[in-house]
Parts: sequence; C-alpha cells; structure tokens
Amino acid sequence: MSIRKSLNPEELVEKLLSGDRRAAARLITLIEDQSVQANGMMKKIFPHTGRSTIIGLTGSGGSGKSTLIDHLIGRFRTMGKKVGVVAVDPSSPFSGGALLGDRIRFQSHATDDGVFIRSMASRGYLGGLARGTTDVVRVMEAMGNDVILIETLGAGQDEIDIIHLAQTCLLILTPGMGDDIQAMKAGIMEIADVIVLNKADLDKANLCQSSLETIIHYGMDKKKGWIPRVVPTIAFASKSTDIRGMEELVQAIMDHQAYLHETRKIDDVRNKRIEQELGLVFKDEVEKVVFAGIKGTGKKREYIESIRAGKTDPYSVVKEVLSTFLRV
Amino acid sequence: MSKEKIKVVISKVGLDGHDRGAKVVASLLREAGMEVVYLGMYQTPESIIKAAIDEDVDVIGVSYLSGEHLVFTPLIVEEMKKKGLDDVLFVAGGSFPPEDIPAMKAMGIDEVFRGGSLTEGFVSYIQKHVGQKGAE
Repeated sequence: MSIRKSLNPEELVEKLLSGDRRAAARLITLIEDQSVQANGMMKKIFPHTGRSTIIGLTGSGGSGKSTLIDHLIGRFRTMGKKVGVVAVDPSSPFSGGALLGDRIRFQSHATDDGVFIRSMASRGYLGGLARGTTDVVRVMEAMGNDVILIETLGAGQDEIDIIHLAQTCLLILTPGMGDDIQAMKAGIMEIADVIVLNKADLDKANLCQSSLETIIHYGMDKKKGWIPRVVPTIAFASKSTDIRGMEELVQAIMDHQAYLHETRKIDDVRNKRIEQELGLVFKDEVEKVVFAGIKGTGKKREYIESIRAGKTDPYSVVKEVLSTFLRV
Repeated sequence: MSKEKIKVVISKVGLDGHDRGAKVVASLLREAGMEVVYLGMYQTPESIIKAAIDEDVDVIGVSYLSGEHLVFTPLIVEEMKKKGLDDVLFVAGGSFPPEDIPAMKAMGIDEVFRGGSLTEGFVSYIQKHVGQKGAE
C-alpha cells in the first residue's frame, strides 16, 4: 500500500520521526496544499524540532545559489551531518505552473541518502519563499537533518522573509551588479551575515569586494555585534581545481554560528522565527474562520457590489465581517 | 486524496546528451499549470527515483533520444517497484521505433509519446491519469 493512499496522520508522523523520506515528502505536499490534516500533524512534529542549524541563501537569479549549495552539502556531509535543502522557485502568475530547476545543480548528491532535497514553487507567495516554507523546515528538522539549507527564489531588493527563518543568512552577489549606492540601499544588503561574492574570477571582482567591505564598515552593522564578512568564491569552473573559497565560506558560516551561540543571540534568532510562525498561523486561522463563515452566503458578492456602488468601502466591510465572525 | 498541483519530474537518463526535447516538454507542462522538477542530463534510475520520492511527484517523465529506451525502461520500472512508487505514472517521450512501444509497455511504462506528439495529447493524458494508478 502506498503512502499516498494510506494517509493515516499518526503513522505518517511516526514514520517521519524515524527519518522516512517518503513520509517527509508526503507531509511537505500536505503543507504545500494547505491540507486540513497538516495542522494536526505539525502539532505532533513541533516538539521534535528547533535543534538544527538553519542557513539561508538569497540573491538574484543566476548568482550561483544552487551551485554554492551543492558545495556546502558536500562540506557538511564530510562532517558527518545529515542535510536538508529547501529550494524555492517562482510560480507563473499566469498558468500557476512552475519550473523547478535548482535540483539540476545538486547533482553531486543525487543518490546520497543523507541528503533530502525538496523544491518548492512559490505559488504566488511574496517575500522570496513559498508559503509553507516555515513548516517544511520543521518537517526537515523532525526528520533528523542536522543542517538545513534554504534557497530563496531569485530575490531582488526586498524579498527578505529568509531572515525570520534562517540563523545565518548568506547573500550571494556577483561582480558588475551595480555601484556602491546599490549596496548601500536598505533591504536585502542588511540581512546578510555573510556576503558571498561569487564568480570572483570575473572582471573587477577585487574592486567589488573592497567596495562592499567599505560599505560594511560605514557602520551599517555595528549595533549587531557581528560584522558581515565578504567571502569571494568561484563556485563553478570547468576544472574542479579552479573552484575557490569554499573552505572560507564554511569557516564564515561556522564562525557566525559560534558567535550566535556564544552571545546567546541564537535565542533571539529562534524567538524571531517562532514569532514569525505564530503570526503566519494566526493569520491563516483568522482567514479560515472568516472564509468559512462567509462561504456560500453570497455575501462576498454583495460586499463587492456595494463597494463598487459607493455605498461602503473595504475598511467598513472588513470591520463588519470581523465583528460578525470573530466575536471580538 | 487529490493533490492541489500536478507535480512532474522530467529527466534524461544515461549518457544521452540531447536535452532540447526534455526542456520543451518541461516548459509546456509548466504552461499547463504543472510544477515541473527538471533534472537534466546524465541521470541514473536511482537518481531519478530518489528525486521523485523527495519531491513527492505524481509523474516521472523520461526523454529517450539515444536508443537506450529498452535498456533503461526496465531499470527504472524495477527501481520504482523497489521503492514502492506504485501510484506514480511513468511516461516517456523522444525518438524510438514504433515497433518497440509494445515491448516498452510490457516492461511497465504507462504511456509513450514519440516525437511529433501533440502537446494536448500528453498534457491531457497526465491530467486524466494522475491519481488513477494503483487506485484500482
């Protein structure tokens, strides 16, 4: 009997906790589909989570996130750690379909049972991640992965949800992406604990590195206590001996982790993650209650019509709906 | 239990280095609203099935263009059986002699689409048959 058909929640969670990859995969699908069973299972999973090292990678499409992850998986595997990867790619706003192409870069680990990789389509969720990513990471923790790598979709300036989820955030840049003013803007630059300057064999990489370092020392992070490190890397080369910077990158990650633990800042990071999750679950549940109350009553159409006719406005409607269904 | 989105893994297998067709099919399935995990070239039956498991796909699609369809089809079917993927569709596309099709089906492939097949053909096949296999 296949796991999809025999959907016994208890059994699925039990299997997940023993490290079963089909159970994990199935659970992640339920989360992605916002299935009603997912919540109950997450309750059982939660106590078995919270101990993994969570690393986020963000940056523009084509900067080398997936290729870097391929190297990082290798390094962590050599240390004997089990690795989980969540790789998010965008969904089409038109067809709803998605081409999930990150796995093609993770080939070195295609048959390693100590590596669990899941591609997720964003399904219209903004912020650089997919909607259920927070829960998916919990599933990977419960499955027994020591390290979890999260790859955002090709993010631009403001897709920074990753900061709520990852303990160590890597921002992947490449030379030639704009001048120092770009790097001084608020948003994605600020969330980086480690800035990876990939494709460091390209023209003007040195210049780019020193200008990034200068900007960091302008003082954008002095309050944080951790000064982001710029690590130049060459993640892809036709000869593997030309690959550079992986040792330094892993060292930077380990140093940042050590910093978090020594200063007990890891607790703040974990609290922030829980706060984010709490907000998400809360919003979801409120939405569900409201939609369940309004569904099939024809009310929604009525509201839309009366807003269009100028009789009311969205703010008044929402207030009315909330006071009806939430009894606050 | 039907899934919200049809998820497909599209792959080449073995040393076959012609990936244009696989990329076209992956794009067309995306256009049809499916979530497509693209694995690319030089895969093995083991790597394809592992990806199919982790990604919880409904369909495994393999592109054959180098005449190895009779070699790899039974290996993939065997690996699927070994890992219990009895409810996942296995389809292939590409270039192979029509007279090989009965043999491929006897080996356990669910459907094949040779070069020149219409998009609507394989899209509607997938839409119709997803979730049916292993259900009866």
